[in-house]
Amino acid sequence: MAGTGKAHLRDSPDVLLRVDDLVVEFPVGRTGLKVHAVSGISLDVLRGETLGLVGESGCGKSTTGRAIMQLPRPTSGSVLFENKQLTEMSGDTMREARTRMQMIFQDPISSLNPRRKVRDIVLEPLSIWKRGSKKEQGERVDTLLEEVGIDPARAAESQPHQFSGGQCQRISIARSLVLDPTLIICDEPVSALDVSVQAQVLNLLEDLKAKHGLTLIFIAHDLAVVKNISDRIAVMYLGKICEVAPSDLLYAHPAHHYTSVLVDSIPVPDPEIAATKTAIEGEPPSPVLPPPGCRFNPRCPAAQDICRSEEPQIREIEPEHFVACHFPTFTPVSISV
Amino acid sequence: MSDLIQASARDLSGPLIELTDVKTHFKTARGLVRAVDGVSFTLERGKSLGIVGESGSGKTVLSRSIMGLLPPKAAVRHGSIKFEGREILGLSRSQMRGIWGSEMAMIFQDPMTSLNPVMKIGRQIAEPLRIHLNMARSDAWATAERLLTDVRIPEAARRLNQYPHELSGGMRQRVMIAIALACGPTVLFADEPTTALDVTVQAQILDLLGEQRRDRNMSLILVTHDLGVVAGHTDEIAVMYGGKLVEKAPTRSLFANMKMPYTEALLQSIPKLTDPSHTRLSVINGRPPDLVNPPVGCRFAARCLYTQQRCREEEPPLVVTPEDPEHSYACWYPVGSPAYFEAKARIPSNSTVEVL
Repeated sequence: MAGTGKAHLRDSPDVLLRVDDLVVEFPVGRTGLKVHAVSGISLDVLRGETLGLVGESGCGKSTTGRAIMQLPRPTSGSVLFENKQLTEMSGDTMREARTRMQMIFQDPISSLNPRRKVRDIVLEPLSIWKRGSKKEQGERVDTLLEEVGIDPARAAESQPHQFSGGQCQRISIARSLVLDPTLIICDEPVSALDVSVQAQVLNLLEDLKAKHGLTLIFIAHDLAVVKNISDRIAVMYLGKICEVAPSDLLYAHPAHHYTSVLVDSIPVPDPEIAATKTAIEGEPPSPVLPPPGCRFNPRCPAAQDICRSEEPQIREIEPEHFVACHFPTFTPVSISV
Repeated sequence: MSDLIQASARDLSGPLIELTDVKTHFKTARGLVRAVDGVSFTLERGKSLGIVGESGSGKTVLSRSIMGLLPPKAAVRHGSIKFEGREILGLSRSQMRGIWGSEMAMIFQDPMTSLNPVMKIGRQIAEPLRIHLNMARSDAWATAERLLTDVRIPEAARRLNQYPHELSGGMRQRVMIAIALACGPTVLFADEPTTALDVTVQAQILDLLGEQRRDRNMSLILVTHDLGVVAGHTDEIAVMYGGKLVEKAPTRSLFANMKMPYTEALLQSIPKLTDPSHTRLSVINGRPPDLVNPPVGCRFAARCLYTQQRCREEEPPLVVTPEDPEHSYACWYPVGSPAYFEAKARIPSNSTVEVL
């Protein structure tokens, strides 16, 4: 597979999740064409780490998150979670493995059953897996609801529509924690929320992560939000990884031209800075016929002939900072091996 | 352009839009919802105004009140809205139709649901031209093509024959802008025009709106929850909370010298790229007030970090700052005052999750 390389993968006993050459393709009707949603990406997440996945709509970040959960199963590639190969698991074992990895979605209201009481929604995973007695289950649910800032008494008699969007997201978070998972995949969890509520939910995720020893994969298109919560960020473009780096390093000196564009596009709440910015032209091309070479080349300000023919491999440009670009924004510092 | 607004009735010297004590209340089963509760301001010709606030602050209802796009049965309206010196608050739908399109136009948050999915793009742009400007079919089609070029849609002639589903979200929003600009409005309302779009496309659309505003000497009212969006794209900002205007100022003056603790809290809750990762975000605790039974006194008092007794008893009026006569705010103990610093010193540094 003409992949973007694996230089950024770490050889550590603390690796909780390791994804190798993940490919997800969807057929386009009966045309014989395929949507190349994810084209050979490799990732790893250490225990207790938060990995941010950023990129525009259609870059494959959500598909990556779902393929890790095997929803749907990837076209090819391997997903190693807690040293078990998920892609080879049978349906039943996979169901059990999913209790250890949970997901939170973008639209908090539509991801909760509108006809059920909120407390029952949070309790359901426990009753399905028959964890503890009825009394223990109830106590666990009430504790979690309190931790996320929802009054358990009100949750017992109210339905999701009686709560605000931010509160529904808190309820989704409580539900994802109830089976005591190790990994939580958050797919745009704050994109639908007001800035003030967004801050509440981000702080809550940080608190719960520390308290429950969680590992997070945080998927979002807003680089400022991702930077706030993540330890390490992977930038995706059209099914490929462009750049991987610790959050502060990625922002301090983005190496990929696409990352620079993303950073510059964020509206800055300061009129003095905002006036001087210029937006990038164009939109991502179709993932049905991705451009050859580097997939960002049609929009890249630094593109040259080699970018249109040869796909760049991921390499280390400075310690812990990896980029897949022929002409990164700065010269690599020499790394002693 | 419009038959209803006669040249003699148009006052081109005064402000373009003048709101005086505008109230829009809705009759609901729970009681009267005071969505907009006494808002006054003026907007000059050619200026851009950002209306900022959380969900439920009344910002969308306010912009729809000015446009006259409210359910006629449920809405109770008071006050005065003057457009070019002419009262438009009591006008009927058929009278407003003479103003829509050619004087006021609006673009919405979700470009997919605002476009007709079974009508070609070209026809959707040509329709207002034919209705409002009585253009011939071929002229309208040619104008539509020019409009698509104006909003930077490549291959405009081909796009005219496409349906909305064939375009990306950003392209659809450009089509919405083209439709809104079709009849050359004096003022364009943009209600969260970029919330459904990616950051890179958001930047493009905001730049496009600014450019079209300058080229056409049009006023723009940009409604959003994101202070970052309005910072670079408006001349003035109005901050709304609980149906009231709580601060209004020229953009630079607002960011340089915020007075209302709500504006400050809104700004501080935005994650900043310049902060190191895992920086604790400031939050606004609690939720916006219930607009059926709004609290006595300042509507922000229950969530404000600097609340004093007076805030819960007496409603603060809009007052002008000494530094800038165009900067007004509604707060008893504004940011920077001695009472503010006293209250700030009392706040414990580590707050816990509160039960809602």
